[in-house]
Amino acid sequence: MNKKQKKLLTRIIISAMLMIGLYFMPVKGLVRFLLYLIPYFVIGYDILKKAFKGIVNRQIFDENFLMAVATIGAMAIAVYEDGDYTEAIAVMLFYQIGEFFQSYAVGKSRKNISALMDIRPDYANVETEGQIEQVDPDEVEVGTVIIVNPGEKIPIDGVVVEGQSSVDTSALTGESVPRDIEKGEEVISGCINLSGVLKVKTTKEFEESTVSKVLELVEDSSSRKSKSENFISKFAKYYTPAVCYSALALAVLPPIFILIVLGGNPMWGSWIYRALTFLVISCPCALVISIPLSFFAGIGGASHAGVLVKGSNYLEALAKTKYIVFDKTGTLTHGVFEVAGVHHNKKEDELILEYAALAESASSHPISKSIRRAYGKKIDLSRVKDIKEISGNGVTATIDGKQVAVGNDKLMKSIDADYIPCHSVGTIIHIAIDGIYEGHIIISDIIKSTSKDAISKMKAMGIKQTTMLTGDAKAVAKNVAEEIGVDSYYGELLPADKVEKIEEILSAKGAKEIVAFVGDGINDAPVLSRADIGIAMGAMGSDAAIEAADIVLMDDNPMKIVKAINISKKCLRIVYENIGFALFVKFACLILGAFGIANMWLAIFADVGVMIIAVLNAIRALFVEKL
Amino acid sequence: MKKSYKIEVDCANCANKMEEATKKTAGVADCVVNFMTQKMKVEFEEGADVDSVMKEVLKNCKKVEDDCEIYF
Repeated sequence: MNKKQKKLLTRIIISAMLMIGLYFMPVKGLVRFLLYLIPYFVIGYDILKKAFKGIVNRQIFDENFLMAVATIGAMAIAVYEDGDYTEAIAVMLFYQIGEFFQSYAVGKSRKNISALMDIRPDYANVETEGQIEQVDPDEVEVGTVIIVNPGEKIPIDGVVVEGQSSVDTSALTGESVPRDIEKGEEVISGCINLSGVLKVKTTKEFEESTVSKVLELVEDSSSRKSKSENFISKFAKYYTPAVCYSALALAVLPPIFILIVLGGNPMWGSWIYRALTFLVISCPCALVISIPLSFFAGIGGASHAGVLVKGSNYLEALAKTKYIVFDKTGTLTHGVFEVAGVHHNKKEDELILEYAALAESASSHPISKSIRRAYGKKIDLSRVKDIKEISGNGVTATIDGKQVAVGNDKLMKSIDADYIPCHSVGTIIHIAIDGIYEGHIIISDIIKSTSKDAISKMKAMGIKQTTMLTGDAKAVAKNVAEEIGVDSYYGELLPADKVEKIEEILSAKGAKEIVAFVGDGINDAPVLSRADIGIAMGAMGSDAAIEAADIVLMDDNPMKIVKAINISKKCLRIVYENIGFALFVKFACLILGAFGIANMWLAIFADVGVMIIAVLNAIRALFVEKL
Repeated sequence: MKKSYKIEVDCANCANKMEEATKKTAGVADCVVNFMTQKMKVEFEEGADVDSVMKEVLKNCKKVEDDCEIYF
């Protein structure tokens, strides 16, 4: 609790106790009135002061003015009838309790959400002349070696030069499994070092490091306001004056009508009381506070799950997504060549891979690398002799005294091996040992294990059409598309063609439907910005992607798209719930108030109660774990 | 030119009012008040004197919401 809140709480308690005390005091008339003025001023002096200042500054219609008029009016009626002063004071009291709660709850949730997003490192350890010194990350120059102890945040992006450890990337990616890091690998700021001491040579300045980029993005995010927020701001602007004028009309018109037309008793007191009740209900607080709070909580929850949303408007739009367009390489597939399988072999897969890896041991071609990676063990170079690279065909070598040929169809033909052509899509590497065909290895871009699941989940959640775009050959596109289950695909596209395809989809969609494009940020920035929502994935450390996209997924799992959509749907549902609930209660109370059914007590409970419920409901947007 | 300032304001509606008031101040091209992060981003018009504009902004904000603070 801050100073302001403490002061307000004290005032609430004092005036509540005074009210209870006065209730039992047997005084009458003017003395009673004066005594009741004490708790009224204790609880309401600041409201009255603000209302007065508002009038002076010609900013009349604010909640202070409403509360001042309502309570002074109620006091006046009470004086006139020598009746019950408690109502007016209670209204002020509950209004202040509401204010207190709002300030406390909002402040608290703001802190909680900010803490979720707070990955800012406070210091960096720099070694100077044998001494370790803690310095501001801002002051560390590129190329400095910093020391990261277990339990500390990595403050700046860099490369590990000494030590090995595992790092917790959950603050950035939402991924709870720690990543193993060793010498030579890149580390990203914002991760927490878990086990061993790391010496990291920085490759970026703090300002340019991942953690700064992410923080900037998240802090700015709620500045881009959603349509719901704009709607509410506009609504609040008209709502309060409208209610005030209706209150005035309610106080004056019916009594005059009754007096002149019906010739009856105008009952001024009763109509004025109803009008004052109106004023109490007219505060738009619940709406105005709960909508941005919901979005803020939603964005906070999402960023904790590794989904960075650049603005409330994008979170809002994401829920309305009906078309999702994917880039293939790096998005639905890993974008690296990997051994997909070994076919037509009589010998074991491992043995085939071993021979292939040994034969390819001298080559730096990506395909050779992927074979060596699939083999996974250390290569004993002493077993390999006479490596001959036959350009465009493959390699021959002598391994353990056997003649091994590894390469394409042409190579097999040239040694007269009886090879079996493959109909799988990818690069085919045949192997022959001592002139006898031993099968082939298929190397292709591996589809991510979660891609298929993600697409079917998207269908289930109401996405109308999923499309895959790729620069790869049509056969590859077809193969991947069928495997994953996307509705349509286009292959052999240049970057400009991708933009064209997006535009085709954009022009064919309905007015309220949203088209999202998912890419990995590498040479698809134009498409990312052309789509209604650009989603970049696997963006850890990629500035271009963070720049161009509206939503950034910190890791490269397509399931995160499903999660992001679920988060946005939940958040939007909460926003609509709050708008609907608050408006319903307010209008219901206005109508009841106009007919004299609702009194001021009910009005203030409606006002404060709705706000409390709306705020609590808004906080729910923060919980996204299970989505 | 854009600048970001830390602010202190208690209610969301007041934040909206501050935004309106700032936008109307001479020398301000655009403004976004973020109640949640308690920050305001002000985009100044070309050649505006930031300090004097901000003084005016604070004055105007105080008019609509007495209980606010802008740190500049």
